[in-house]
Amino acid sequence: MSETNGWFAAGDRDDPDATTTAIREGSADEPRDWPALAVEAGFASDTEEYYDTLREATTAATRAAVTERERADDRQLVHAIRAMDDCNRTANELAERLAEWAGTVDPDAGTGVEYARAIARGEADDDLAEPAIGSLAERVADLADEADELREFVERQTPAVAPNLSALAEPVLAARLIALAGGLEDLAKKPSGTVQVLGAEDALFAHLRGHAPSPKHGIIYTHDAVRGTHPENRGSAARAVAGKLSIAARVDHYSGELKPELEAELADRIETIQARTTDEDAGTDGGADDE
Amino acid sequence: MSKQLPAGVERHAFDGTDRLATRGEPVYGEPTDGEWRAWNPHRSKLGAMLEVGMDTGLEGGETVLYLGAASGTTVSHVADFAGPTYAVEFAARPVRDLLETADSRERLFPLLKDARKPATYAHVVESDVDVIVQDVATRGQARVALENRQFLADDGRLLLAVKARSEDVTREPAAVFEDVREELSERYEVLEARQLEAYHADHLGIVAQP
Repeated sequence: MSETNGWFAAGDRDDPDATTTAIREGSADEPRDWPALAVEAGFASDTEEYYDTLREATTAATRAAVTERERADDRQLVHAIRAMDDCNRTANELAERLAEWAGTVDPDAGTGVEYARAIARGEADDDLAEPAIGSLAERVADLADEADELREFVERQTPAVAPNLSALAEPVLAARLIALAGGLEDLAKKPSGTVQVLGAEDALFAHLRGHAPSPKHGIIYTHDAVRGTHPENRGSAARAVAGKLSIAARVDHYSGELKPELEAELADRIETIQARTTDEDAGTDGGADDE
Repeated sequence: MSKQLPAGVERHAFDGTDRLATRGEPVYGEPTDGEWRAWNPHRSKLGAMLEVGMDTGLEGGETVLYLGAASGTTVSHVADFAGPTYAVEFAARPVRDLLETADSRERLFPLLKDARKPATYAHVVESDVDVIVQDVATRGQARVALENRQFLADDGRLLLAVKARSEDVTREPAAVFEDVREELSERYEVLEARQLEAYHADHLGIVAQP
């Protein structure tokens, strides 16, 4: 199709596949009076018919494009990790409520999801025979189980979607980064400085407005190399980790090949940072001179 | 706010208050009065522009290119009173809702396209549309308006809602609006500009013509 043709140039009205493809993949240098041209070309007998056909074609093409984009594997991960967080949050919240309630009938009431699981299994005090409490406990236990299953799903799927990223970070962190960025492609396109503070948006915007120091790390704080580094040097470690994770995300998105050397390079760099004696290096953290 | 409303947009009483309304299938749980459904200016920048009395030049029955259709809240009202309406939106999730909106509207054409790349839909959207409505929450909103100028008829109107926070969260909205107006003036003449503060924080409504 040449660049001056409309979407209808590809075929006739009775070939939905051709028109769908034309709408999704076609392009033109400039718009023209398509309704009139289509009638002239015999594609439609009048403008009304043209618009009817256009509506069918755009709706079909857009529906197909939406489905395809939403089914992409990284989209599935984004939903799974968010669902996992929701389940965990809700389970904890209900477990707290349950502990409050159980505390009124059982002086030895425990706390948390584990206690809820114990009640659900029927291992708690006989006074807790109140069916409403037992039923709530079962709900909490179920939610916690669901969260565990979602975590397994994430741990299974992430290495397939982003092999390098999940090799450098553990799969759950990798999936979180993808979710925060909005998808693997979005993550791949972000500068590493942005990856470094993903998940610390509140602190970042407070900083940009001018009344807070810049955040050293966002969600990558949960990475062992960041958490395991002395606070003095954590900024350096976060920068190094974010840099390698960005590269990993780009390799995963654009080529998909496994690059084991990334892991070795990161380990090497972290070792150097952690070997610093903190006294000597105090004050240089965050500066450009330590890279 | 006595400016002429387009044909197909009327004020109707819902629970005792007069509100803008159009005729069509309800899409987001808005109150209805017979076949009329309320148009919430708090959820729609174009609705807010009409509500504050801006002279949009809309008469009803126009061919419209709507950029940034999102889930179709505003575009559903536009399709109720306008003619053929092309709805461009880039994010997949809201387009799922937009498709549902389009189900009951014969002349609403949903397109999953990037408003910053007009070439990807110039083979579908016709030239010389009467109105471009733009509500995209991205950086470079003026640029989007300039690049889509090619679709607009010479006597057409651009109805633009500028979101200051999309350009730069740290700058004063007034400064952002000034820059946007300046950039727009390359290819548009701004007829009217008004803050939509009562309904949308840090938004500027602009009516412009080529």
